[in-house]
Amino acid sequence: MSAAAPGGAWSFWNDVVRNLFGWFRAVGREFRTRRGRFLVTALPMLWLLLFFAVPFLIVLKISFAEAVFGQSPPYTPLVERTADGAASLKLHASSYALLLQDPLYVGAYLKSLLFASVSTLFCLLLGYPIAYGIARARPVWRMLLLVLVILPFWTSSLLRTYAMIGMLKANGLISQALAAVGLVEPGSAILHTDLAVYIGIVYNYLPFMILPLTATLMRLDFKLLEAAADLGARPWQAFLRVTLPLSMPGIIAGALLVFIPAVGEFVIPDILGGPDALTIGRVLWTEFFTNRDWPLAAAVAVAMLLLLVIPTLVFEYVENRRERREGRA
Amino acid sequence: MNRRNWGLWAVMALGYAFLYVPILSVAVYSFSASRMATVWGGFSTRWYAALFANEQIMEALGRSLTIAALAASFATLLGTASGLALSRFGRFPGRGLLSLMNSAPMVMPDVMLGLSSLLLFVSLQQALGWPERGMSTIMIAHVTLTACYVTVVVRSRMASLDDSLEEAAMDLGARPWRVFFLITLPLVAPALLAGWLLAFTLSLDDLVIASFTSGPGASTLPMLIYSKVKLGVTPEINALATLIVTVVGLGVVVAGILMHRRERRLSA
Repeated sequence: MSAAAPGGAWSFWNDVVRNLFGWFRAVGREFRTRRGRFLVTALPMLWLLLFFAVPFLIVLKISFAEAVFGQSPPYTPLVERTADGAASLKLHASSYALLLQDPLYVGAYLKSLLFASVSTLFCLLLGYPIAYGIARARPVWRMLLLVLVILPFWTSSLLRTYAMIGMLKANGLISQALAAVGLVEPGSAILHTDLAVYIGIVYNYLPFMILPLTATLMRLDFKLLEAAADLGARPWQAFLRVTLPLSMPGIIAGALLVFIPAVGEFVIPDILGGPDALTIGRVLWTEFFTNRDWPLAAAVAVAMLLLLVIPTLVFEYVENRRERREGRA
Repeated sequence: MNRRNWGLWAVMALGYAFLYVPILSVAVYSFSASRMATVWGGFSTRWYAALFANEQIMEALGRSLTIAALAASFATLLGTASGLALSRFGRFPGRGLLSLMNSAPMVMPDVMLGLSSLLLFVSLQQALGWPERGMSTIMIAHVTLTACYVTVVVRSRMASLDDSLEEAAMDLGARPWRVFFLITLPLVAPALLAGWLLAFTLSLDDLVIASFTSGPGASTLPMLIYSKVKLGVTPEINALATLIVTVVGLGVVVAGILMHRRERRLSA
């Protein structure tokens, strides 16, 4: 601000006010001319503003407070009134300082990213052949196979994570299978290790990977593969140079659908992982419920928003614009 | 068939087994007489009897179903309004904001949604003395979470619909609300049902948001299951999981078949 010309700040605020004013006028015009439409739009708009947008401002506010234990709510007010009635604003950055200084929090964030990216990779490796098989199956079979992929998506993720516990115990089916292949020590439990978290995430999110992949592969013209074969390409060459590039949109969509929720996942690492499977979601939960440090939990949420959600929304926005541009061209 | 296809089928069989064996094994052990949740002790339905006799679980189940039904109904109303506005109203002030607020809850980790909703409720309570934390706050948070899923379903359905019928009705002098109730609504009805079901199951599943926004004595079924699971696997939860998965699975399949038939009848 100090570098701007003296009038800079003024004209900025002037613009803001004018724009706001113009916006209100437009809303008013909308209300007068198309009342029905206005009401239809206003209902979800008000609901989401009140219960979705405003809460984030409150989170932001509380992340700058300081925790006070033994009172309700357990944090300091930001605006304090002194005896003579003057208000003073008190911002504490201590929660953010702690987030950056204590390796626990940076470690939790990195661990979440590791869990999410490795699981996404395994979802892709297992999901791609399944999606390919569904896309190439005869229509009757395709329907059945698709329904069988969609069905787990509708059933409770908590219950499916619970079902995984039995599989990962020392005598569980998956433990025995992996021991037979030689991946783990025979007779040892996978439960409460990082491997259990990977297996749990892949198990829970596999349908999210398969569905967009199948949609893309079903649109693929398999005559292209025959053409590639006629021109002398070996099957793996045809796959690498025709099928894979053409299914890229499905791969990206599936990877995002798995990766994003997996980063913030709480239930799977909490139930299947050990105490060291400390993800960012678990840290937020513990700070809030166990330590009752609301400002710190709010700061973790703000960090999550900055590091995970905003990049996603920007990516989505850019993708949408690109698609629209390509659609028009 | 050649060798490569055998490899593909083997991976597919493995993948489907991976998706279904865990839940099937829970179903099998729910009929075991043994007190150990993963040891076979002969066929018995005693855990189902114990489940229905457990008042704590039944009460939580009733609470969860009530919340899910109410939240899904209101979310369908909101989601239809958003879907209609975003797909049929062209440009209007605030369109970008509405679209953003409708896609953001889907990419938001639920710990964040839970925390932010709770902090709002606490602030409101401080300022206005309302709302009391409990079923109503869980319901409000679930409406916010699930409405955007309904919006997506309704919006994609509207995008695939030809709007010439609506235009024809308008040309013939029908008022906009008549067009909506007589033409648009019947055409998007399958999407509304799908959206409602999706919202209902999402609300019924949710552990995290409910844990944040719930008050004393208002445990939902997932909260109860979670606290029991933390103590270990029990045969009662096996029975409960089997029942829920069976009912939801059957419901989704039946709804799917009904919608499929209706579509065929309409297009025939």
